Amino acid sequence: MALEGFTHLIPFAAGHEIIRQKRRNLSVIRMTPDLIYDQLIGAGCVSKLQFSWGGNPGVGSLHRMRDAVENGWPGSLEIVEHSHAGMAAAYAAGASNLPFGMLRGYVGSDLPNYNPQIKFIDCPFTGEHLAAIPAIRPDVTIVHAQKADHRGNVLMWGVVGVQKEAVLAAKRAIVTVEEIVTSLNAPPNAVVLPSWVVTAVCEVKGGAFPSYAQGYYSRNNAFYKTWDAIARERDVFQDWIERYVFGVKDFAEFRRAVEAAASV
Amino acid sequence: MSEHYTSDEMMTIAAARMLRNGAVCFVGIGLPSAAANVARLTHAPDVVLIYESGPIAAKPSVLPLSIGDGELSETAETVVSIPEMFAYWLQGGRIDFGFLGAAQIDRFANINTTVIGDYRKPKTRLPGAGGAPEIAACSKQVLITLRQNKRAFVQKLDFVTSGGYFDGGDARKRMGLAGKGPIGVITDLGILTPDTETKELTLTSLHPDVTVEKAIDATGWPLKVSPRLATTAAPTEVELSVLRDLNQRTAHEHGG
Repeated sequence: MALEGFTHLIPFAAGHEIIRQKRRNLSVIRMTPDLIYDQLIGAGCVSKLQFSWGGNPGVGSLHRMRDAVENGWPGSLEIVEHSHAGMAAAYAAGASNLPFGMLRGYVGSDLPNYNPQIKFIDCPFTGEHLAAIPAIRPDVTIVHAQKADHRGNVLMWGVVGVQKEAVLAAKRAIVTVEEIVTSLNAPPNAVVLPSWVVTAVCEVKGGAFPSYAQGYYSRNNAFYKTWDAIARERDVFQDWIERYVFGVKDFAEFRRAVEAAASV
Repeated sequence: MSEHYTSDEMMTIAAARMLRNGAVCFVGIGLPSAAANVARLTHAPDVVLIYESGPIAAKPSVLPLSIGDGELSETAETVVSIPEMFAYWLQGGRIDFGFLGAAQIDRFANINTTVIGDYRKPKTRLPGAGGAPEIAACSKQVLITLRQNKRAFVQKLDFVTSGGYFDGGDARKRMGLAGKGPIGVITDLGILTPDTETKELTLTSLHPDVTVEKAIDATGWPLKVSPRLATTAAPTEVELSVLRDLNQRTAHEHGG
């Protein structure tokens, strides 16, 4: 399963629903695990993680991810670690129905010593040594976007990350959107996911909070800083999950509760 | 440290001065981003700042907390996807300077941002590679900025995330990396540059009021000192006020 969104448009509402459904043993993929996978990992949903940068951007560690890697809490976590360029190539290969992604990468890095998915091949034309990594083909990709129309066509803009590739690489794709509109009015080269590559669209206003949706709300950087203290201790984290994920009736209530707590 | 400015301010300003006007710079988050924006707001108004999240020619009025804040995409000339960013722009050879931070660095400017201790039983799990291995490999030149102390400047890296000059000499060239490699490491104490032959980092400039002994003490290997050791020019009033205004706007914007 891949929940993508590079800093922008992170599908938090979908992630919280996965926690509420108490899914277990998930094998999850995401370039930047961010707070959403810190929450999934700490809540015990995840047994395997493929990623390329696992920090709280501009703040520091993802403490729940670290606790799982360093101490096996709440369960052991297998990690498959790449660089961004490697993950991007692997998603693009998945979308292109190729067996592997190729790049000038990883040369001299220790990553290939610990990740058997990273191999090197010789170019048949020039003999150059290039890195190859298996295509990413998620069973399910979930992304968040700004708009969909009534037929289920999806439009996103701003930092669009690797979402298009992650959707096209997946067997099934679920998209949450800020709003469903009559017409997307998308310019010809906009990032549009046609309805026939999307399995389901759900309207969840604010569904990327505390990340952001350009044109709707900005990144709640203050919450990203607050998360450091919440995630640092197991019991504080568990209380937070109980209160803010299990203890709310929907995602709108979650957002109101977090914003209210910040203004005290 | 001077009473007029902090060692961190000196570091950021010294790093900013390394960027020439008009250069195309792939910017890491944190210290590199602060330095790159000080450069843009002082001597290098036409520097092109590229962030790995996709923004090309970003002109943020406040420093981003994350690598993909809306401030970056809203002020950029264009925003591209992640696969395009790494394939066409970085791997394609369009980047003059890759500007990186690090948790650990060794004498040949190899850097570690992955793990302290053993990879499989880590003492401290760090965020990991992100864009760094390919930024270090494919940018025409690389700048690195981090604070200098024995925890960071180590004899041997626990993990090589991104390559500098590997074991020195012509090792980098032999391994076929596209870019030339690191040309400077800017710290809170001074500036280290690679020896032209051995590629070992050599202290070539000390910031004002820092002693050679202090720099040697803060380094986990026997630090080579250039016989022509320079003193970094102190920050100017303009540089300091630009940096402080930027930091103030940023703190106000991010809250918390």
